[in-house]
Amino acid sequence: MLSGLSWLKPPRIRGGVHAEERKANTAAQAIVTDFPMPKKLYIPLQQHVGKPAEPLIRVGEMVLKGQLLAYSQGMISAPVHAPSSGTIIDVNDYPAPHPSALPIRMIVVETNGKNQWLELPEIGDPFLLSPEDISLRVGAAGIVGLGGATFPTAVKLNMGRENHIDTLIINGAECEPYLSCDDRQMQERSEQIIDGVRLMLHGMETHHAVVAIEDNKPNAFYAMAAAARHFPAIKVIQIPTRYPMGWDRQLIRYVTGREVPVGCRSSEIGVTIHNVGTAYATHKAIRHGQPLVSRVITVSGGAVGKPMNVEVPLGTLISELFAFCGVDTAQTARIVMGGPMMGDSLPHTGLPTVKATSGVLALTQAELKSTDEQPCIRCASCLTVCPAGLRPVDMANHIKANQLDAAVDIGLKDCISCGCCSYICPSNIPLVQYFKYASGEVAARQQAQHKSEQTKKLMAARQMRLERIAQQQLEEEQARIAAKKERERLQAEQETAAL
Amino acid sequence: MITYHKPASGAHVGANKSVSQIMGQVMLAIAPATAFGLLCFGWPAIFLFLITIASAVLFEALCIRLKGKPAKPAIMDGSAVLTGWLLAMTLPPWAPWWIGVTGSALAIILGKQVYGGLGQNLFNPAMLARVALLISFPIEMTTWANISPLFFSHSPSFAESWQITFSGLQNLDAYTGATTLGYIKTEFSQNHILPDILQDYSALQNFIGWTRGSLGETSTLLLGLGGVWLMRQNIIQWQIPVSLLTTVVVLSGIFHLLDSDHYVSPFLHLNSGAMLCVAFFIATDYVTSPNTSAGQCVFGASCGLLIFVIRTWGAYPEGAGFAVLLMNSATPLIDYYIKPRIYGRDRQGKPLEIPKS
Repeated sequence: MLSGLSWLKPPRIRGGVHAEERKANTAAQAIVTDFPMPKKLYIPLQQHVGKPAEPLIRVGEMVLKGQLLAYSQGMISAPVHAPSSGTIIDVNDYPAPHPSALPIRMIVVETNGKNQWLELPEIGDPFLLSPEDISLRVGAAGIVGLGGATFPTAVKLNMGRENHIDTLIINGAECEPYLSCDDRQMQERSEQIIDGVRLMLHGMETHHAVVAIEDNKPNAFYAMAAAARHFPAIKVIQIPTRYPMGWDRQLIRYVTGREVPVGCRSSEIGVTIHNVGTAYATHKAIRHGQPLVSRVITVSGGAVGKPMNVEVPLGTLISELFAFCGVDTAQTARIVMGGPMMGDSLPHTGLPTVKATSGVLALTQAELKSTDEQPCIRCASCLTVCPAGLRPVDMANHIKANQLDAAVDIGLKDCISCGCCSYICPSNIPLVQYFKYASGEVAARQQAQHKSEQTKKLMAARQMRLERIAQQQLEEEQARIAAKKERERLQAEQETAAL
Repeated sequence: MITYHKPASGAHVGANKSVSQIMGQVMLAIAPATAFGLLCFGWPAIFLFLITIASAVLFEALCIRLKGKPAKPAIMDGSAVLTGWLLAMTLPPWAPWWIGVTGSALAIILGKQVYGGLGQNLFNPAMLARVALLISFPIEMTTWANISPLFFSHSPSFAESWQITFSGLQNLDAYTGATTLGYIKTEFSQNHILPDILQDYSALQNFIGWTRGSLGETSTLLLGLGGVWLMRQNIIQWQIPVSLLTTVVVLSGIFHLLDSDHYVSPFLHLNSGAMLCVAFFIATDYVTSPNTSAGQCVFGASCGLLIFVIRTWGAYPEGAGFAVLLMNSATPLIDYYIKPRIYGRDRQGKPLEIPKS
């Protein structure tokens, strides 16, 4: 009866753009699984949100594939495992897969070519395990959100149990252009992914899951729907193709109609969201006892000779990946890790792939957005496409005038860096660049302010301590003088008495 | 190993719609109506059109050079050409050359560059110039040429046209008359009623544009088609044109129904003066209109209201220019009060409440 009033509800998809997809060449072919084992693997100790893992191996030690190299420490952290068998040759600082390429701690494994697995435990029926046990095993396998957020999955499962989640959303949107690794995995590994979803449901004690797939991936949708047909708890749906449909909060609102309040986790409103790749990793960890040691990566872009989806061991250098895929370095104008909307540009290829690496792109100059910045014509396209409801043009103007507080007041911290505004801007204004700069600057200023406040506090405390000591000394002195006088008086009295 | 300096944030790819392409598409949209106007009013109109655009470009180049910047990129974005073009469309077709030059100077220097150039101006440059001209040179700006198409025998020859544009028009009354709105206003002042006034009025001729009026504003048909095309190209949004035109139609409809002797019908309103040109191409100017959909609706409706009020009760027969300028000045205020709601927050900017299950 109320359906006639549905137009009164706010639109379920806000903003967004439909970027040219450029997925076809990689989505059409099967995942390549015979990537030659690199001689050396560089495994960063931090491949996740939270505290870095702590190494427990020594240089020179032999390791087997899947062996624990560094254990997680703290509430939010994840361990890392050996992606192949070989020898530890170094634990040291190497350039990180980050735009800065600043050094971070990594474990370097020299592979021995045997790719020999650790003895894996026998697994019975995982549904007889307690939900807590599922979380523990997922945590021990080093699984993190493989959509790119890299939040430790076990922590999310635990939060799910604590918050009584009614809907688990499996994110198969893969809305970034070029990327098709989730698409291929859903087509080729649908049974395993659905099994992973069932295990996640069990681990969270939730009874309802929705797998959401953008409608530009019909094959993935059919495969997943077929795999899920015996499990009424799992519903597979198609969602409109519109970047950033895979933004968790956009997807949650589209699927459940609920909006996550600012400052809250989605679990607080009864929803948790996991990526399809994470579900596959969960299946591998629980059914086969295999930790997360490899992942599927899309290698694409105009400069790539053989664009493909390829399963590589974590820690493989991008240079080896590019050599395998026939990247023309002369044609490459920019290397991007991740998708072209939100991905980071990398300074060179001597950087390892990590758990977060969904794609590596070698883009030609023709594919890049022009950097010829022109004056803003207030066309308001950036307001229209912003999925977060921000006013990018006003924020950028404040930042240009160095009014960072004003930019924060109108929503800088609610920006998700999705890149829609930069994508659409006809004047080629690098809006996201402004926002990232400002966010960093605001954080630095807050830190500096915190530091000066801390110093002030310490100074005040010292002052008080000194005053207290002086006061004490004064009192003691007075007491001493008083005691001396008393003594003298008594002595005098005694002397008088004696006389 | 090759290193790629200069790190860049996403998006690494972009939509291929540049500023100059946007300007180009607007020009395409107004081209048919302009061409029709040039055809109807002949050589003097063509001279005025070219002079206005050329001087707009020259003034733009001059200002940019004075700022110490290279003029070429600023000219190439097409905004100066578009400003000159829009101004020319709103001028009386046989106005002397200095009207075009003065208008361009007003539009580019006073209307745009003193604010800091493209994207910084408060008022629509073309409308600012037109209104300033109308107040300063009321005779030249209200002398409306009769329809005299190119190559027709009674139309002025090339030489005569040259004289009209550069030495002024002799024997005015033989070639000129009143616009529909101006005629109605004059007749009202003599206490005539609409049915008598409009005896000779042809709705079809006005719709096609076979009537006296500004250079590019006469053809309702072609302006409407251009505007709809521009909306379909996603260059302009529907909010401003629809809210503006709807407001005019509703208001004039109510008054016309109550007293059809003294209030012009909605159709005549839409079909005359600068209505469609303003609704599609002037009020929708990105720089001087609000940023949000709701703000644009308020802006458009207010423009419509002002146009109707000025036309009906004001001293001028046409109020579109004044209405747009007034609402331009209200745009910062509208943008201040009407903002999009941020995801996860209420309209006041506070985080949403967690719903209780």
